[in-house]
Amino acid sequence: MLNVGKIEEGFVLDHIPAGRSMSIYYHLGLDKLDCCVAIIKNAKSNKLEKKDIIKVECDINTLNLDVLAVIDHTITVNVIKAGEIVEKKVLVLPKELKGVMKCKNPRCITSIEQELPHIFYLADADREIYRCKYCDEKNSEKM
Amino acid sequence: MRHLMNPLDFTTEELEQLFDLADDIQAHPDKYAHKCEGKKLATCFYEPSTRTRLSFESAMLNLGGHVIGFSDANSSSAAKGESVSDTIRMISCYADICAMRHPKEGAPMVAATKSSIPVINAGDGGHQHPTQTLTDLLTIRSLKGRLNNFTVGLCGDLKFGRTAHSLVNALVRYDNIRFIFISPEELKIPSYLRDKLKELNIPFKEVIRLEDSLPELDLLYMTRVQRERFFNEEDYVRLKDFYILNKEKMKLAPEDMLVLHPLPRVNEISVEVDEDPRAVYFKQVQYGVYVRMALILTLLELA
Repeated sequence: MLNVGKIEEGFVLDHIPAGRSMSIYYHLGLDKLDCCVAIIKNAKSNKLEKKDIIKVECDINTLNLDVLAVIDHTITVNVIKAGEIVEKKVLVLPKELKGVMKCKNPRCITSIEQELPHIFYLADADREIYRCKYCDEKNSEKM
Repeated sequence: MRHLMNPLDFTTEELEQLFDLADDIQAHPDKYAHKCEGKKLATCFYEPSTRTRLSFESAMLNLGGHVIGFSDANSSSAAKGESVSDTIRMISCYADICAMRHPKEGAPMVAATKSSIPVINAGDGGHQHPTQTLTDLLTIRSLKGRLNNFTVGLCGDLKFGRTAHSLVNALVRYDNIRFIFISPEELKIPSYLRDKLKELNIPFKEVIRLEDSLPELDLLYMTRVQRERFFNEEDYVRLKDFYILNKEKMKLAPEDMLVLHPLPRVNEISVEVDEDPRAVYFKQVQYGVYVRMALILTLLELA
């Protein structure tokens, strides 16, 4: 069994559905961070049989976790300080997402004006539907 | 400073004020003939639209203001690759208010975020056309005296017809509205609209034949069924006559029903219906000018 040691400060993202960790790695921008990141794939899980885990050793204020809720709100987010879990974050769908998803509507103004930020608003929280702020097209991008 | 992007940007109370102003303009045009003296409206039309552009221009001229602008992207700096954001920054230096039509959805909203003058969405692709909805509502209010307690039939292309969607979204805010959607299978209302009506408990039914529903209607909103929307020619030929309103079909309709149409009409309303007092689509054009006058005054805070 593979063991990855404790982190002093940062996040442990647990119960990630197996195979989704790399997508989360990029969506959270972890590839751009200079800190220690551990990705554990296909770990044994009582809840999911197999799961992924990501450990990020960083200042807890540096990461915007909004996007995690959009990917999968059942992911467990443990906030670590001084080597201990100090908080279990509840993931809430953000009202607005900027620069995370891209509008695929060829009639949208974002299709011709490349410098515009792609912004989506939460149109239906129950069904987790986001729509483009400019054209109201439903997001079709799989996170 | 306010903009108008979506017909729902105004609350029903604000719409009442706007329509009251439009009524007053209609009753006392002289009172408003100089209200916009020294003010300029820029009509930035990135795609041709004679009716809407002329309606805006007519509205501003009726208020004593001036009009500048372009009516085709090729005659603007967009042809040189200028962004909407840059264009509106420039227009903001030339004019006091801007009406923008653009083939790309959301372009007027982008303009509004960078503008220092009020921007009116004069139609953005298949997305929104708020001043058409305001026109429809003012027409109904003026000719029926109310915006509640109606059975509203919408007929034709209900899948792609943005004017029909906007009108539905605007009317659900009033009490006791019931809809009958009359369209071929291929052009039924989009599922998001059906879901919304169910969620709001708004009664509606979807039917194929126009004749069956006519006796029940207070309002009939006609839209064009376009050949290119059909998957095959056979279906188009089979269904197109269902949606042509003629004198015979009008006999089935109540005497006080109104027929509205956003225009241009092609052949979905026979010209013989034009003389029927219930056909109000040309009156709608006039109400369109009044409501745009009221809108310009409101956004310029000159009301």
